[in-house]
Parts: sequence; C-alpha cells; structure tokens
Amino acid sequence: MPEPILQTEKLSKRFGAVVASDAVTLDLVAGEIHALIGPNGAGKSTVIKQVAGEIRQDSGSIRFAGRDIGRLDMVARARLGLARTFQVSSIAPEFSALQNVMLAVQSVERKTFRFLKPARSDTSLKEQAMSHLVRLLLDDRAEIRAGDLSHGEKRALEIAIALALRPKAFLLDEPMAGMGPENTAKLIEILDGLRTEAPILLVEHDMDAVFALADRISVIVYGRIIASGTPEQIRANEEVRRAYLGDEGHDGAA
Amino acid sequence: MNREAAISLLIAAGLLAAPLLGNAFDEPFVITLATKVAILGLAGTGLNIALGYGGMVSLGHAAFFGLGGYVAGILASHALNYEPLFTAPLLVEGTTQMLIIWPVAIVVSGVAALVIGALSLRTTGVFFIMITLAFAQMVYYFAISWPAYGGEDGLSIYIRSEFPGLNTLNPLHFFAICYVLLILAIGFSFLLSQSRFGLALGGARQNAQRLATVGISPFRVKLTAFVISGMMAGLAGALYADLNRFVSPSMLSWHTSGEIMVFVILGGTRRLFGPAAGAALYIVLENTLGDVSEHWLLLLGALLVALVLFARGGVIGILAGQTRHA
Ligand SMILES: Nc1ncnc2c1ncn2[C@@H]1O[C@H](COP(=O)(O)OP(=O)(O)O)[C@@H](O)[C@H]1O
Ligand SMILES: [Mg+2]
Repeated sequence: MPEPILQTEKLSKRFGAVVASDAVTLDLVAGEIHALIGPNGAGKSTVIKQVAGEIRQDSGSIRFAGRDIGRLDMVARARLGLARTFQVSSIAPEFSALQNVMLAVQSVERKTFRFLKPARSDTSLKEQAMSHLVRLLLDDRAEIRAGDLSHGEKRALEIAIALALRPKAFLLDEPMAGMGPENTAKLIEILDGLRTEAPILLVEHDMDAVFALADRISVIVYGRIIASGTPEQIRANEEVRRAYLGDEGHDGAA
Repeated sequence: MNREAAISLLIAAGLLAAPLLGNAFDEPFVITLATKVAILGLAGTGLNIALGYGGMVSLGHAAFFGLGGYVAGILASHALNYEPLFTAPLLVEGTTQMLIIWPVAIVVSGVAALVIGALSLRTTGVFFIMITLAFAQMVYYFAISWPAYGGEDGLSIYIRSEFPGLNTLNPLHFFAICYVLLILAIGFSFLLSQSRFGLALGGARQNAQRLATVGISPFRVKLTAFVISGMMAGLAGALYADLNRFVSPSMLSWHTSGEIMVFVILGGTRRLFGPAAGAALYIVLENTLGDVSEHWLLLLGALLVALVLFARGGVIGILAGQTRHA
C-alpha cells in the first residue's frame, strides 16, 4: 500500500466520563474512500473534529501530508489541504451560494487581504467558484442566499466549498444526512468521482451509500475501532454484525 | 439606481446644502452643527466597519476617537507654546499642520486598536463588549490622572490647525475639509465592503467557523477591520478637537462610545450613509427636542428600542423600504 496521506495514531479524547475516542488509529491513502461507520454517539464526529483541528486530542498524533499536524489550528490545517464538511451544515447564510464558494477560492489563491477591488467584478474568482457549483449541480442556485437553500442544497454547497479548496483529503461528516433518495443517489455519483482528486474519509449513516462507495470501512463503537477492512470483510464480521449492523445484514443500521 | 443609493445621494446633498444655507442666511451655528455631523458621521463610519460589517460590538471606540483628539491637542499645544515634544534622542516639535496631525492621529489610534483588538478579539459576545469598554475606561482614567495635558480639565487649542490653501478659521472651509473626509471614508467603506476582504469580513461575522474551515483566519480578518475602524475614529477625533479647539477626557468616556454606536444603529448598520444619517438625526433631535425638554434622551431611547426591534436597517433601512438587513 502507498504511504498514507492522513494517519491518526492512537487518538484519544474524553469528555468527562465519556471516552469519545479510544486509541483511534486509522489512515487514508490516495484514491480511496474510507468510510467510518458506527452507531449514534460512537465517536465518529469526534474523530473528524480532531483531524480537522476543531478540538484537540488528549493524546495520540495526527500526520497529514508528511507532517505532524496535531497541534495546528483549523485554519492552518485547512491551508495544508484538509477540506471538511459538517454534520450540521455550516455556511455563511447571508451570502449567496456563489459567494460562499468564492471565499474558499480566494483563500486558496492566498488573496484575501485585497481591500479596494470589487470581488464581484473579479471574473476569474467568480468563474472558478461557479465551476464548483456546476459539479454539485447547484449552478442555477448560485445567486440564492445560502440560508434560503433547501436542506439538501446546503449539504451540496458545503461539498462545493470543500472542492474549491483543492484539498489533499476530504473529511465528510454525514454528507447524506437528511437527504431524499434522489439527492442521495446524485451525491453518491459525485463522491464516486471525487476520490480520484483526493481521498475521502467518509462518516455516513446511509449503509447503501457506504457499501456503494467505500474501498475500506472502519467500524467504531464506544470510541474504539472494532473492525477495519474491505466492505466484504466488514459485512462478514461477526462482531460488527452484533454491535452494529444487526443480524439481518446492513439494513439494520441505526 | 436603487432606493438606498438615491437616499444616500440625498443625504450627501443635504449635508452639503445645510452649511451653505446657514451661510446665506447668516446662521453660523448651522455651519457648526453640519460640521459636527460630518465629524461624528466619520467616527460612526469607522465604527460601522467593526460593528456593521464585522459584527464586532465595540463599546470602546471613544478610546480611538479621544486619542485622535489628544494627538491634535498635544501637537498643537506644543507648537503654540514653542515647547518641543521631545528633545532626546532627537528633537520632535509640535505642529499645527493638519496634514501632519492626521497621519499621527491615524497611526496612534491604529496602534491602540491593534493592541485593544488583539486582546479583545479572544472573546466574543457580551465579553467583547465589556472588554472593549474596560480598555477605553483605562485610557479615560489615564487621561484624567495625567496632569501634563490638563488632566480632568482638558486641553485648549488656541488656534485651529492649518490646512494648505484654506483658511480653517472660516467655518465653511473647515466644514469642507470634514465633509470631504467623510465622503472619502464612506467611499472607502463601500470599496472595502465589496472587496475580497469585505467578503471575508462578512464571512467572519456570519460564521467564523466556516471562514476558518476554508483556511482564512477570522481573527486576522476581524483584527484588520478593527484597526481600520479605529483609525477612522481617530481621524474624526482629531477633527473634533479642532472643531471645538478643545480636548478633554470626556471625548474618551464610555458616553462617547455609546453615542457613536447610537449614530450607527439609528442610521442603520452596514448602510454606507447610515452613521452620517444617524449623527444628523441625533444632532437635530438634540438641538430641537433638547431645547423643549431635557428628557429628550428618553425619547431617543424609545426610538432606538423601536428601531432595534422593528427596523434593523435603521432610518436608512426604513427609507429604502427594507426593514430587514440586505
Ligand atoms: N463537546 C462535547 N462535550 C461532551 N460530550 C461530547 C462532546 N462531543 C461529543 N460528546 C460525546 O462524545 C460521544 C461521541 O460523540 P460524537 O463523536 O458526536 O458521536 P457520533 O458522531 O458518532 O454520533 C457522545 O457520547 C457524545 O455525547
Ligand atoms: Mg456525528
């Protein structure tokens, strides 16, 4: 296997009595979608938050693109190429969808501290932002206030913003959450094409999506990774079935 | 042209017409009031960058306004008394040249804003309000207890500072200076709000986490805006000292911070001409209602509450037919 782009080593995090991460070791290699699944409250989002730099691990390390990033803040990690989406959409609600993406584009260009030239008349900035909206099928919604977008459109907008960062890795926290079957199908197709640009650490509850997309799956329960392997191995794993998938197969997912 | 632009033009024209009419009808007091509106509108325009565009509710802008005033007062008094400011390590003399006083006022208030902002921006919400207030109070008490420049009594400037080619003692000339600076500051605010930086500042206001996630530091963006905002307030303070030919600690008091904030909220946050309109309204009310009853502030308070509750866009928002933020 090639050298992983992202590697966590024995990440641990407690919230009071709750052990949210218990020595979580996982990695992400080029070209893959690595799904992280587990019941509600198992600690999936906590892993994403520690990797993204939103919260600091109690112990353990995080390597990304060849360096130790465990002590960097969110801004620095984003600049190194970690693009993250939130379980609950996090956008600038008063800005248009396009402006939300423009922020990411200007960040990548490292041209934010420009005070006098109108961003609106910056065609290159706008066109780049638009191209990412096109990929998420949001181009006809570009001028809509982001706060007024539908739930599914907000989820898609976050991914467009993540794309605009031209990242080295994606961290997606339940991108399909609350989406209808039609939008889920579209999003599966989009994510499928994304993995060649940058690998994806995918937290997802929708088991159909997970088994359709994942190259590898890790199962987390009570903060601990109890199994990791190919979708076939996970489907066949006794412990996983008992702890999470349910005996009747993958439909029993919570 | 949209309605807000038309209203803005009307305000700009009205503010220009008032002192000309005052001059024609031999009412010099009107010129003074219009000058006051221009200067306080400039201070409010500065605060609008922090409060309106950046969502930073600063109750400490009197510190920058007052520091600008003290820079003007101190430089002028040294020049008029023929006392150098420093003799070692090099000789620094006072000056009565506005073109020197302004940059010094801008730099001094900018440095103060950098320090106060860097410390205050580690907090948000009510804590931010309280900390900015606390810092301004520190400066206020320092001015009161520092006897060299008048302490509690303040510092008089015998002669208004000079501007090349103009007679600043002519009220119309001095008004023109303040008016042009106000319009320049509003123009700059417009460009800023439309720029890439303005986009990032709006992002920091709406959702700092979102901005950080795309790799732009909300702290740096907000601090930069806070410094620009403080600089404008400092420039306004220097002009205000020249208008009154007097500076005192009251320019630094929390009451002044509150007034500047009232201008912004009255006129409408994030409305380019909001602070100027708010300052004009405040000063007109003060000089009409204030003559009728000393309880006019009560009325103003009621008006403010009504605006905050029902018309977040302030007076400009109401006139433009938008009571919600654009
Ligand atoms: N900020 C926090 N403070 C206290 N407990 C938390 C916090 N964040 C998460 N937890 C707890 O940690 C556990 C893991 O949460 P989370 O990572 O959000 O789970 P998942 O994303 O798998 O549903 C849960 O028991 C949750 O209640
Ligand atoms: Mg979660």
